[in-house]
Amino acid sequence: MIESHLSLLIVVLPLLTAPIVAILPNGRAPWLISTLVSWSVFTLACMQLANVSTGNIISYELGGWAPPWGIEYRIDAANALVALIVSGIAAVIFPYALKSVEKEIPEQQHSLFYAAFMLCLTGLLGITQTGDIFNLFVFLEISSLSSYALISLGQQRQALTASYQYLIMGSIGATFFLIGVGLLYAMTGTLNMMDLAQRLPELYEHRTIHTAFAFIMVGFALKLALFPLHLWLPNAYTYAPSVVTAFLSATATKVAVYVMLRVIFSVFGFSFIENTPTDELFLILCVVGILMMSFYAVYQQDSKRLLSYSSVAQVGYMMLGIGFGSVLGLTATLVHLFNHALMKGALFMAIGALVYRVGSSRLEHLSGLGKHMPWTFAAIVIGGLSLIGVPGTAGFISKWYLVLAAIEKQYWLIVVVILLGSLLAVIYVWKLIETLYFKSENDSIQPETIKEAPLMLLIPTWVLVFANVYFGFNTELTVGTAEQAIKLLLPGVN
Amino acid sequence: MKHNLILRVVSKFLIPLIFLFALYVQFHGDFGPGGGFQAGIIFSTGIILYALVFGVASAKKVIPPYILRALASLGVLIYAATGVASLLLGGNYLEYGVLASTQVAGQHLGILVIELGVGITVMAVMLIIFFAFAERGRSEEECE
Repeated sequence: MIESHLSLLIVVLPLLTAPIVAILPNGRAPWLISTLVSWSVFTLACMQLANVSTGNIISYELGGWAPPWGIEYRIDAANALVALIVSGIAAVIFPYALKSVEKEIPEQQHSLFYAAFMLCLTGLLGITQTGDIFNLFVFLEISSLSSYALISLGQQRQALTASYQYLIMGSIGATFFLIGVGLLYAMTGTLNMMDLAQRLPELYEHRTIHTAFAFIMVGFALKLALFPLHLWLPNAYTYAPSVVTAFLSATATKVAVYVMLRVIFSVFGFSFIENTPTDELFLILCVVGILMMSFYAVYQQDSKRLLSYSSVAQVGYMMLGIGFGSVLGLTATLVHLFNHALMKGALFMAIGALVYRVGSSRLEHLSGLGKHMPWTFAAIVIGGLSLIGVPGTAGFISKWYLVLAAIEKQYWLIVVVILLGSLLAVIYVWKLIETLYFKSENDSIQPETIKEAPLMLLIPTWVLVFANVYFGFNTELTVGTAEQAIKLLLPGVN
Repeated sequence: MKHNLILRVVSKFLIPLIFLFALYVQFHGDFGPGGGFQAGIIFSTGIILYALVFGVASAKKVIPPYILRALASLGVLIYAATGVASLLLGGNYLEYGVLASTQVAGQHLGILVIELGVGITVMAVMLIIFFAFAERGRSEEECE
């Protein structure tokens, strides 16, 4: 039974868990159940990827209504890869959450916190699984609303403003997407993505379709924090609880990039994009975004904020691949989606371990701690190397494909920008390392109170650190799946 | 509100009717206009009217917040569990047809149960939001 309902269970398991966890009393039970569910979802996502990596497509009819009338879950290699990222990061972060959440979130909110976390997971997984564009909007709202609640639970008062800012920006993004979907529905009378893809080509010249496309692109550019629509992201990531930052930075923007891929290549089709200025626009925004946001990152005085600006720059790399619109470019996008989730997950979790001991993520409070917390520090170093793109780490693979794609298109300027962005990454990662290791301790902190982070925090962090190194050598899963996905996204090219 | 006799009498008279109408909208939703969402809202207005006239504290005695929280979760559970039930009976998720002996009866039963879940959650969440706003700026003692 599990085999035939695989794709559905990935969404329904966390959905069922959320209300159960919300009723449970505070204590360890909500955490335990959430962790077990996240592991089973991860197992299911692995099985799903194994199923589709041979080129299969899974189609699941909700309620037994055949598509295009009913809602269809349609899984190919691209969905399965993103679902694997989301559930994998969740499976690593839930064990980590126990200690970190006990420290950062008041006891009486624990069960509600895990319920919101489960809903966020439901939403993100739902977005990746569904083949219905309106259903996608519903899951988008589930994941967004729960993440606003999660962000607002941060310790500092600014968490509330940060969450409110994200609420406004995110709602505008979601509304734009909905307007776009509404226009598409008005023109074609269908909401199923495959059905849309068949009906759209004859309407390519129609102005409504162009408007719909613009609305959807701007809406999701807000959600994925594409420069210059990124303003909500640094605050939200800085003030959210550490667990939430690690989870959202590794999954939320990745899912939004996936939706971009899906809408551009599966729904509208690349021949539509070629006649619009979309790809040029993406390239310009990405180039400016990579450089400016990396510069901003260098000047930050808060470690979480520094990494948040770096995240905006990294989103630029992912969207560059879409802007190229070539097989190599899309490979780079999908591979970087995966690898960036690994590196930012590892880095934010290591920072979370520092926050666990010190209670602050500001650089002035963190100085000199590396000597007292060697394992956490080492995790930051390896994560940072991966972020820069040093050979032997996952980051290198994605940069490599990106540079290859740029060279193939002979965009020499972009090659330079990618390398410049990496150089800037060297500077801001070095800034972290310098503060942590080479500066003397802050006077206000008694060094004897600072010990290595507990194992419950270290082990999950190091799982991701090892993954960073592993996927730097073995690219079979990432590049292999990406190539399989691109065969379906860009059918004419292969 | 001790002196507003008319208000108190009229609302006491109206509240049962509001509940009755909510239940009508709830269970007639599959034949006429209505359904779980509307019914949940109407049901919650009955209690909100009670809170407006007799005070938030006495409304909280009628429905304590911890029950509201359980109800909000229960509704979602009913919805999701109906889907799982149809999975276990051999259909796809939320395929109501397999819930009863015939396709039509199954569809009927399925939508009723689903809408009941929606109604319970909407009612509970509306009241949670109302209480959250009504309590703003008051201390704990004032509310109790």
